[in-house]
This record gives sequence, structure tokens and C-alpha cells, in this order.
Amino acid sequence: MPSRSLRRVLIVVSLSLAVLASACGSSSTTAAPAPATTEAVGGTLRVITHDSFVVSDAVLAQFEAESGIKVEIVKNGDAGVEVSKAILTKDNPEGDVLYGIDNNLLSKAYDSGLFDSYESSGLGSVDAKYQLDDQHRVTPIDHADVCLNYDVAWFAAKHLAPPASFDDLIKPEYKGLLVTENAATSTPGLAFMLATIATYGEDGWQSYWQQLKANGVEVVDGWEQAYSTSFSGSAGKGDKPIVVSYGTSPPAEVISADPKPTSAPTAVVPATCFRQIEFAGVLAGAKHVANAHAFIDFMLSRAFQEDMPLNMYVEPVNGDAAEPPEFTQYVTVPADPLSLPPEQIAANRDAWVTEWTQTVLG
Amino acid sequence: MTGRSRWAWLGFVVPLAFLGVFFVYPVGAIIVRGLRPDGRWQLGVFGDVVSDPYQRRIVWFSLWQATVSTVLTVVVALPVAALFARFEFRGRRLLWSLLLVPFVLPTVVVGAAFLALLGPKAATGIDLHGTIGLVLIAHVFFNLAVVVRTVGGFWGNLDPSLEDAARTLGASRWQAFREVTLPLLRPALAAASSIVFLFCFTSFGVVLLLGGPRARTLEVEIYDQTARFLRLDIAAVLAIVQLVGVGLVLVVYARYQQRRSVQQVLRPRREVAHAPRTRGERLFVAGVLTGMAVGLGAPLLVLVWRSFAAGGKPTLRYWQALGASPRGGTLFVSPLSAVANSLAAAAVATIVAVTIGGLAAWALARRGRGTGAGRAATVSFDAVLMLPLATSAVTVGFGFLIALDEPPLDLRDSWWLVPLAQATVAVPFVIRILVPVLRSIDGQLREAAALLGASPAQVWREVDLPIVFRALLVSAGFAFAISMGEFGATVFLARPDHPTMPVAIYRFLGRPGALNLGQGMVLATVLMAVTAAVVVVIDRVRVGQLGEF
Repeated sequence: MPSRSLRRVLIVVSLSLAVLASACGSSSTTAAPAPATTEAVGGTLRVITHDSFVVSDAVLAQFEAESGIKVEIVKNGDAGVEVSKAILTKDNPEGDVLYGIDNNLLSKAYDSGLFDSYESSGLGSVDAKYQLDDQHRVTPIDHADVCLNYDVAWFAAKHLAPPASFDDLIKPEYKGLLVTENAATSTPGLAFMLATIATYGEDGWQSYWQQLKANGVEVVDGWEQAYSTSFSGSAGKGDKPIVVSYGTSPPAEVISADPKPTSAPTAVVPATCFRQIEFAGVLAGAKHVANAHAFIDFMLSRAFQEDMPLNMYVEPVNGDAAEPPEFTQYVTVPADPLSLPPEQIAANRDAWVTEWTQTVLG
Repeated sequence: MTGRSRWAWLGFVVPLAFLGVFFVYPVGAIIVRGLRPDGRWQLGVFGDVVSDPYQRRIVWFSLWQATVSTVLTVVVALPVAALFARFEFRGRRLLWSLLLVPFVLPTVVVGAAFLALLGPKAATGIDLHGTIGLVLIAHVFFNLAVVVRTVGGFWGNLDPSLEDAARTLGASRWQAFREVTLPLLRPALAAASSIVFLFCFTSFGVVLLLGGPRARTLEVEIYDQTARFLRLDIAAVLAIVQLVGVGLVLVVYARYQQRRSVQQVLRPRREVAHAPRTRGERLFVAGVLTGMAVGLGAPLLVLVWRSFAAGGKPTLRYWQALGASPRGGTLFVSPLSAVANSLAAAAVATIVAVTIGGLAAWALARRGRGTGAGRAATVSFDAVLMLPLATSAVTVGFGFLIALDEPPLDLRDSWWLVPLAQATVAVPFVIRILVPVLRSIDGQLREAAALLGASPAQVWREVDLPIVFRALLVSAGFAFAISMGEFGATVFLARPDHPTMPVAIYRFLGRPGALNLGQGMVLATVLMAVTAAVVVVIDRVRVGQLGEF
């Protein structure tokens, strides 16, 4: 008696689960995109961002008060994960605006038709070098170049000149001093790899990395680990005096230090900086298109652009926005950092990363 | 017995329905999306992945490091379990509760502590960074509580007279343990080690943080293929490989476990444990306690110290910032509200997990001794309930995104997602802890009660419940701890204005500067303290004599 009734129950349950599972498979692929309604200003707006997004309460509140739009922020992981999620939910987007996609990820978004075009009036104050998309599917918001950072005190104590170029890193006196991030899993790690490709060319960067490996480069999985655990110049007090981080990391060290130092404990190597621009775009199938446009205008406004640096440690793209004193004092990134054409990155990124993985980790 | 059979189906159907909606459906959706990208099945990718030496190396690494970690954990945990099972000493109950603290800590925090102790600049002078050794040690550190509390709790209620008899008959202490106690402990040992194996097999943060970039488990690979490269086809194949592999382990375990369960008279712990009497016993107690202080205490103290230290000097400023939500801070909310969010989610998750897991354990224990089809069904039911532990959090998280995105089940931004996901992870624990105890209840006791005219409900209340109550509490403690510490799924599902403590810690450590690092350590310390406090309370709940078991 017990086994027969049990079997019946199990059959019923597993059948219903199978039906559920197959139903979901078809429904999610055939779901029609929600109709886009261009509504009057007011109502709501959902902004998808990466985890590093921060805006001051007062600045956001002022936008909400002036526009009558209630803004909801959804943090969706780091930039790579955020974009993956957006592509996956493209037919039923989670929000209206996506912020945080960088130039190295743009091709993915273009290929999948993630964004609808919108040309903001605020672009007038933005330098042309930040405007990478003629079709305005994405709008530049900020830039934070990826540069080598070093521990000033460490080099002073050792009476060793800080590195000045990529070439220095493969010299014997800099053996075992560098920690970088995995190019396959980390945004700054990828940017650093691209910087070496921009420097040594598509055929020369592999041998550079072989020499770097021979010279004891440490590769960790993410920025948190590299900067907060392995780097000797941060609060984590690791053992590596050179790290791949951002051009804006030195002011961050000053601002959060206690007591405030008179000079920054860390500095960047300007010749190693690689351009990284972050963009925002209106998601295709967004429910509140007019509000999304208003929010992108807001992100380019001076209020937001001047609020951003100390919250997210990025630099504004709006030429009219004043930078905080810590930035003008401690950010020494070059005006024209290393870069690669987006089309070249798009065409080769996956192959380069595979090659990098085999060269460095294999 | 008919009175009980009428409701028995509930024990199967409720857990299966829960699992179906919150696990099978979303995971099935993401796998189908990967293997059927445009309406047609594309199964060629199976061959590509299975024949890829890179992927095969990952599978092999996942398997062997999990096996070694599990064996190590059991070996280290057995003396500790014996200590708690057989001896009374001052502070015993507090230590028993504190055991769970390492278990809830986010890997990123523990990783930092281990690097401080056994990393490049360690005070100990030992540098294991980037070696598999550090991964194994961390796995033992995290999972020790699983074995100690599961096995120790069971051991503490074993009748010691059998072992005493063996000793009287001339067996050495070791022989008595090996020949008498160990076989009796097997159901609990198998239950605990199967969970530890699953945790290590699907290890993510520990491997990333401590193993160096070359150490990759299937879980890490699935995460990258899903979240970073959006190669859902490869991810789907790997997820299936992981599910099948784990499924096999579970079936073997379940068959073994059923064969080995022995009905025995469980005794209240107070009749079993005693203060150390001989010199040998005192040495044993002192030795194990010292080992625990070094192995478990030192990494935890490093974290606490870091929350009070700025540049090597003591400070309170990280603690003073605890209640503040600074202008444009790292969180949208104050660290204190992260504490509240964690507690609320964990409370709901615990109730759900104990209800669902309790029903399932009851059904499993009742059917445990069936034969033929009934038994096969029981074995698969048991294995199916363990599958959430064997599934990558990113698979579940992305599955939720695409599967539960439309009414009536539009849960994408619902507050309930977090506790439900946590409960799914906790249910297998509840089952693992309850089933061995339920199966060990002497059937004769029930029959005697029934013969004397007790109704089925009375039998349950008077016979089963008193024995099970203690195990229910232990399982509730675990469910709570899991929910407090769960990170992988929570980070996908938690709303930004409702971060739990591990999510908030992760956000702090994700930003440069001493203040952020310090506040991350403060929150890690608070997480330890809150977890310890709640587990202490749960461990001390007594209803009449019930809690004595």
C-alpha cells in the first residue's frame, strides 16, 4: 500500500514539475517586449547599475523634486555581470536605464541590441574623445583610467626608483613586486592586458607577459583582493608595492586616511594608464522612456558630475564640472592615455583573453 | 497506522512543491535557455565540453580537493565531537554555540584573516598563499561545525555502556572506539560528511581568494561562463555535470546510510557526559581545547583586532561609524540596518527551512525501511532535496531572473526572494540532522505506546517529539547560521536598499581606503557576535525536559 500510493504521488509531482520546466523554457523565449510608452514627466524610473554606483542623497532628491520622477536604483553586480544580466533579460528588462557599461564591454551590448538611441543635449559639454558611439546608443558619463599604482613609502625606504614604464616591470630590480588582476575575470585586469597590447602591439604583448611571468607577477582574481589584500600601499598592508588599480586611487587613499596625510601614500605611473570610460544607455523595451531620457540628461548635469568623483572615485566627462581639490591635487593621469579602437577590442577580446590565460596561468 | 498514513503524503508533496517552484523551475529555465537558444536543442556542446582537457581538469580538481577536504574535516572534527559528547567542562555550552561562528563568515573576510596568519606577510612566518594547502585548511575551518555538531550531537546521546562493556572485556580505548562507537556513529558521520563534501565540491570564494588563479572548481567556472561570458550553453553542460556527479554521490550515500542505521536507545546527555576523571582524559580535554583555540580562535581574533586597529594602533572610529549613513557612503543604508535585514531574512528562512525540512525528514524516516520501489523512491526523494546544495548560486540566481519574472510569480525584486533562497540552501541541513535521529528512535517504543492506546498524534507528541526536539533546535541553529552567512545567492537577489551583512561587508571591502576596510571588519565582528548570540539562545531553549536530549 505505501509504496504504490507513494509512487503515484511522485509521478504526479514530477510530471507537474516537468510541465512547469518546459513551460518556462518556451515562455521566456517568446515573451513579447513590453510596449514602450512615452509618458509625461513624473511617475517612476528604474536605473540598473553596477555595485560601485553611489550618488549623494541630496543630489538625487533634488532631481526627484524637480522632475517629479521617483527613482529606484537596482545594483546588479560588477559591470560584466550587470551587462550579462541585462542581455539575458532583454525581452523583459528589469529597468529603464543601465549605467556602468565600459568601453571594453560595448560590443556585447551593440551585438544584442541592448540599447535604444538617445542623444542628450548635455553632450555639448562633453569632449569628443569620450563619445565613442555615433548612434548615441550609449552616453559617456565618467572616466576612470586603469593605471599602475605604487606604494610611495616602500620605494623611498628601499631607495629604489618607482617604475616609470611597462619595460621597467620586467627588469630584475622589480622582480616579484607587481600584483595584477585576472584579465578573464576583472575589469582592471582586462584593461591592463589591453594596455600592454596597445604598447607592444598585437604580436609583441605575449612575449612581454612571458617575461612578466618570469619576473614573478602575481595574478589574483579581482580588484578587491589585489588592492585591499596584496598591495602594500593600501590599508590592507600586503606585500606587493605595485598594483594595477585606477588613476583615482591615490585621492581615495588621502580622503579615507586618518589623520589626513600631507601627501598621497600612493601614486600612479602615468605612462601605463589605459582609458576606461563608463556609459549609460536607455534599455530597449524600457517602460519609462521619457523619464530615462531625463535621467541621462541629469547624469550629464553639473550637479551629478560634480557629486560623482568623491562617491565613486571617477572623473567627470562634463568639461564644465569642477573637480574636487583632492582630485586636482592627486590625480596625475595623462590627458591622452593608452587606448585601442573599440572595434579592435570587440573583434579580438575573447581570443586575447584566451591567449592571456594560456600564457600567464597555463 | 492508517491515521498517520492519511497525512503522510504531505511530507513528500510540500517539500517537492517548494523545491519545484523555487529550484527546479528556475534552474530548468536557465539550462533550457542554454541548450535551446533559439527553439532548437543544441546538444553538440556536450561533446565539446566533455572532451575539452581544460574543463576535465576542472572537474578532476573539484573532485579531489573536495574528497581531501572532507576527509581532513572529519579527522579533525572527531576528537572535537568526542570532547563535546563525552565530557563536561566549564564553558562547554557556550563553546558548542560558538562553533557555528566560523561557518557564517563571508569567505572574503575569512580569506583576509587566513592571509594575515598564513600569507606572505604573516606573523607566523608560514606562507601558504596560492597553494592548495590554504584552501584545504580554510575548508576545514569553515566546515568543522557541520561535522562536530551533527556527529557530536548524536554521539552525546549514544549509550556509553556498550563501549564500557567492550573496555571491560579487554578492548583498548582505540579498539572500543573503532569497533563499537564508530559503527554506531556512521549514520551521523555519513550525513555530515556528505554535506561537507558538497560544500567543498561547490566551493567558490575560498578557492578564488586563497587558491590562486590556477585553482578553479566547477562552481567558479560555471560562474564565469554564466555571469561574465554569458556562455549559457557551456554553463548548462557544466551545471548538469555537477548535478549528475553530486547526484551519484548522494545515491551512494543514501543507500549506505539506510543499510547502516541501527535502532538504539538514545540517552539524555546528562547521563552520558562526565567531567574528565583520569590524567589521560584531562590531557585529552586540554589538548583539544588548545587546538580549537589556535585553529578556530586565532583567525577570528585577527578579524576582531582589525576592526579596532588603524595603522597598528587601537581606535574606535570604525565602530563609531556603525549607525551612520554618511553622505554618499558605500551603502545606501547604515550598517546597523544591514544587521536588521540579516536578522529578518534569517528568521523567515529558518522557519521555512525547519518546516519544509522537518516534513521531508519525517517522510524519509518513516519510509526508510521500505523495500523495492518504495525504497528507490525514498532514495531519489532524499537525493533531490540535496540538489540545491549541488547547484551553483549563479545558476539559481540567473534562473530566478528569467523564470520568475512575470505575474503571478514576479519575484525579481521581492523581499521574499532572499529568505526563500536561503531556506532552499538550509533545507538539506535540517533533513540531514533530523533523519538519523528519527530513524534511531526505537520502533518498539512507538508500538508500546500505540498498544497502550495512544493515538498517532499522542505517539508523536509523547515519543518522537521529546527525542526530536533537541535535533530540531540543532537544525534550526544551522538554518539560521546558513541564512546569516549565505552570500552567493543573496548577493544576486538582495535589493540594494536591503543589503544583508555579508553583502554589506563585500561592498565595504570593494572600495579603497582604511575606513571602508575597517568598517568591513566591524561588520564582520558584528556578524560573528549576532550569530553567536542567536545560536546561544537557540541552543538553550528548553521546554520542560525536552531540551535535554
